[in-house]
Amino acid sequence: MVWTDYLLALPITLLTLFALGILLIDLMLPKEMKWANAITAFIGVLFSAAGVYKIQLWMAASPGSLGMMRTLLVDRFAIYFFYLFLAATAIAILMSVRYLEIENENHGEYYALMLLSVAGMMCMAAGFDIVLIFIGLELMAISTYVLVGFLRRDRRSNEAALKYLLLGAFSSGIFAYGLSLLYGLAGSTSLPVINQQLTRSMADPQYKPVAIIALVTTITGLLFKIAAIPFHQWAPDAYEGAPTSITGFMSVAVKAAGWAMLLRILLIGLMPMRPIWVPLLVFVSIATMTGANFAALTQTNTKRLLAYSSIAHVGYMLLGLIAGTATQINADGIKGILIYLLVYTFMNLGAFGVITALRHRNVIGDELDDLNGLYSRAPVEAVLMLIFLLSLAGIPPLAGFWGKYFIFLGLISTGHYALASLGVLYSVFGLYYYLKIANAMFMGKAEKAEETLPISLPMRAAIAVAGIATLYIGLLPNSFIELVNWTLGITRT
Amino acid sequence: MDFMLHITTLHYLVLGAALFLLGVIGVLTRRNVVIVLMSIELILNAVNLNLVAFSRYWQGIHGPQALHGQVFAIFVITDAAAEAAVGLGILIAFFRNKETVNVDEVNLLKW
Repeated sequence: MVWTDYLLALPITLLTLFALGILLIDLMLPKEMKWANAITAFIGVLFSAAGVYKIQLWMAASPGSLGMMRTLLVDRFAIYFFYLFLAATAIAILMSVRYLEIENENHGEYYALMLLSVAGMMCMAAGFDIVLIFIGLELMAISTYVLVGFLRRDRRSNEAALKYLLLGAFSSGIFAYGLSLLYGLAGSTSLPVINQQLTRSMADPQYKPVAIIALVTTITGLLFKIAAIPFHQWAPDAYEGAPTSITGFMSVAVKAAGWAMLLRILLIGLMPMRPIWVPLLVFVSIATMTGANFAALTQTNTKRLLAYSSIAHVGYMLLGLIAGTATQINADGIKGILIYLLVYTFMNLGAFGVITALRHRNVIGDELDDLNGLYSRAPVEAVLMLIFLLSLAGIPPLAGFWGKYFIFLGLISTGHYALASLGVLYSVFGLYYYLKIANAMFMGKAEKAEETLPISLPMRAAIAVAGIATLYIGLLPNSFIELVNWTLGITRT
Repeated sequence: MDFMLHITTLHYLVLGAALFLLGVIGVLTRRNVVIVLMSIELILNAVNLNLVAFSRYWQGIHGPQALHGQVFAIFVITDAAAEAAVGLGILIAFFRNKETVNVDEVNLLKW
């Protein structure tokens, strides 16, 4: 162990310390002071971000550095995801403050678990060793199970947590089985060694069947975590039943972490088996786009509708992965995925923020009808919601357009014309259910003429930040494309 | 002790695969949440068996310091314990509101 080990683990350590600190401070806070926990958590996120910045400065021009006995690889890819997780968490904390008071479940554990799950996500994004990746995954997943069931007295929340736990633990088990076989084939838990050994195993007919079983089980676990069809059943249920602020957090941060892990394992560890997994992913992405877009059409619950929309977005991102691995690692498709995850974070959190804001007094606010006449009750939020929805549908010049643009560009440049046209077709199709929400907000009449919707200050700030980011990335994408180029080490623009 | 020599890594792997399949079948067919959780533990134990068997195999090749698999197995055991604790906690919260542990009655949320 040398001092750089501690520097590389600094953002993770800080988050863990703050999480433990919140648990201690929470004991001493009287009930009406619980908002202080949110502030502590927010400061923790800021400190962690400062830690990431410190690493970024220290790394300067070098592409990355290994630490903690070669298990932790903090490279630009990891740093990009660190910032993404922290931004999503900061916005989700702002969304939670008032919401938890209304639900009367304002406990410090909520923020502590949130920070711990981010620590897990960072282990996943920076993992260079399957042990660390697996432990990070479980730290994130177990924290999220509890967060989904955080509304103890609400039956839907209990049920969502139970379903998420059973399917999540099941998929982790399958994933771990795949990892154990990969370890058996390679004799090491390090991803690059697995890569070398798999090349050899694939050539040997004696080991090839084991390698294929390992691939299938590992990829099943990965696809479960990003909620791709046919492994998506947990997502709509967990998203609908969870506290709305956690739904927003899960749909962006947990999903981004799943993607970081998927990219790490497929692009570093399992690259020699590309000829087998690319056709699998083609099938999964077509199934995901088709299934999710059709299922979203008939939803009457806004959270469930957005859950299906987020599954559809996974389908588009999988197209990016197919383009990104067409012959070898092709930067265009991967660039598309990274930009997509960035813009998706802001637009989806913004949309969930507006839905969270609808929760007041006795109204739960997650049915489509609850959005009726939102324009007259909260005009600013209604207009911002429209921006988020159009951005999710991929209308230029909003942020969502750029994510789809780079993915489809990558597909066309690698000759996947059929997949590209299918993707475009489905994103036009998706416009229907997004506009259904917009229709309720602007055309629908509220049941009783209600006064303006009370929206707290942190919530307004969260929605505004998400809205500004969506517009800014949409109108001036250059600096963000530069950022992603930097992440992937591309010097040309 | 002669019969011990005939137990090779392959035997452990077959046992591991059998445990894994039993666990998967258990998760997919049993209706009691507690038994589903036990089946998940069975899957994780299959993983542990695999890891330890492979670790022993690689120790024969790389020497006694090749302990990755055993370390991984300890992590998986810890993870299984954490998952069981959280799982039973969530199950108790669910049971308090609904008085059942049957998966078929977990049916409030559906399309």
